[in-house]
Amino acid sequence: MIKVEGMTKRYARTVAVDDISFEVQKGQIVGFLGPNGAGKTTTMRVLTCFMPPTAGTASVAGFDVLKQPIEVKRRIGYLPETPPLYPDMEVTEYLTFVARIKGLAGAELTRRVNEATERCNIGDARRKHVHKLSKGYRQRVGLAQAVLHNPDVLILDEPTAGLDPKQILETRSLIRGLAGDHTIVLSTHILPEVEQTCEQVIIISHGKLVATDSVHNLTHRLRGGETVRVQVEAREGPLTHEAVQQRIEQVAGVSRVLFRETRNGTHLFDIESLQGQVVRADVARAIVEAGWNLNELRAVSVSLEQIFLELTAADAAAARSGGVQ
Amino acid sequence: MRNVVAIFEKEIKSYFKSPVAYGLLAFFALLAGFFFYFSTAFFVQRSFESQFSGRGMPMDVNEWVIRPTLMNLSVVGLFIIPMITMRLFAEEKRSGTFELLATSPVRDLEIILGKWLAAVVMYFIILLFSAINYALLFAYGKPDLKPLLVGYLGLLLQGSALLAIGTFISTTSRNQIIAGSATFAVCLLLWLLSWLTSFDAARWAQVVGYASVLTHFEPFAKGVLDSKDIVYYLTVIFFGLFLTSRSLESVRWRA
Repeated sequence: MIKVEGMTKRYARTVAVDDISFEVQKGQIVGFLGPNGAGKTTTMRVLTCFMPPTAGTASVAGFDVLKQPIEVKRRIGYLPETPPLYPDMEVTEYLTFVARIKGLAGAELTRRVNEATERCNIGDARRKHVHKLSKGYRQRVGLAQAVLHNPDVLILDEPTAGLDPKQILETRSLIRGLAGDHTIVLSTHILPEVEQTCEQVIIISHGKLVATDSVHNLTHRLRGGETVRVQVEAREGPLTHEAVQQRIEQVAGVSRVLFRETRNGTHLFDIESLQGQVVRADVARAIVEAGWNLNELRAVSVSLEQIFLELTAADAAAARSGGVQ
Repeated sequence: MRNVVAIFEKEIKSYFKSPVAYGLLAFFALLAGFFFYFSTAFFVQRSFESQFSGRGMPMDVNEWVIRPTLMNLSVVGLFIIPMITMRLFAEEKRSGTFELLATSPVRDLEIILGKWLAAVVMYFIILLFSAINYALLFAYGKPDLKPLLVGYLGLLLQGSALLAIGTFISTTSRNQIIAGSATFAVCLLLWLLSWLTSFDAARWAQVVGYASVLTHFEPFAKGVLDSKDIVYYLTVIFFGLFLTSRSLESVRWRA
């Protein structure tokens, strides 16, 4: 549905997006992830034909953003970071205007405006002036504007930024509700949002593509093996954590043992296994056979947060060393 | 075409939603009435004088009232035009709604035409308020209608030309005040150019004077319809709108 190839966007002095390529399949929800200033908004602006790429190509539903911008725009609903609202219009008046410039007319227009109003839960604000609406309502009016013409692709730039927790939850469920019929690209720097709403993640940092994969694969691929957290306690007498660490390190398949802390004589470790190895049983046996108490053993899943920091930090480090050479 | 209408309607409504439109209407109506009153009073005084002096010379309302007031109105227009055009694009750029227009399936030209036509119609509505004064002339006298109509056509053409320039300047800034003042400066300059011809008869002064909007309005005020002047205004309109479309495009490239 969306295809980006070797896309670069240069401003007067800076390179905002540097040679990125990715594809989004029909019906997917894709999270566009990156720190502030990574180039998310720029990429979205190219996809929505707001501005042309400096190099490379991008196409939506088979139409090139440079050659057939009008066709692309017909198929895209876009919610910029700040919802593009006219403060002196009433909500319905605003939606009607947007529907007209999106090419709707007559009964179809009225139907679609009502539909979008219902879908985005702004029915009770129909006759209100936009400048009197709260941030959450504005965001939803912005979203209604984007889905009005039932576009194939929805591009949402930080749809939950600046909302309160309840509104964030509402907006997320709204987005999930839209998923079936639309291909959705949403940008964010909030990771749980991606974990909760998206199937696919594209991570960019400093204008470069760092990773693109499904949420599930990404969490797996980055930490090849699993991480197990154990709590060990002496049955009798004193026990140093070094002794325990030494013992665990001898278990086959363990790549790294990290000592966390000692709490009331209980030692806490994170054990990382080698790629594709399951070490839980062996670790448990080793501890018990040594005559210690095994108080807890559980697999720890890596959060996207860690992956994200790891990826972007590695990228930044590479960029730094690249600069020195 | 439907997009032009949609944008046109939105703009016209937005003029009348803010106090700006009413303020401009009041300001213009007041000044028009003021000029009209003095021209008429002067005319009446002179006609009495000429009667009492015994050398009764023919006096013409068109020549003595309509022409000078039309000239005055064309100058008042210079002050009003920046206030009409300054918000057209600057406001959209500042509030982020420009991104909505630019990502909707609408051509730049349709956006520009919709906005500019709304400005022209707004200006025309303002102009109509001065027509009340002339209606009084027709109620109590027999002035010639055609020169007056030609005069209004001139006002409208001059306005449309300056509005096109104002529309262009509005695309260059996110700040309405800057857009407005810059437009005012350009309007004033285009007006002052005509002064050169009164000091200097050299070829270059004539050329520069030709570029003045006022030079081309004078024949209209006299009721003379000259294709040269119409072509001048149409050229300025085309030039202004062309610059607007170039500017919008460059806004996107630089974004």
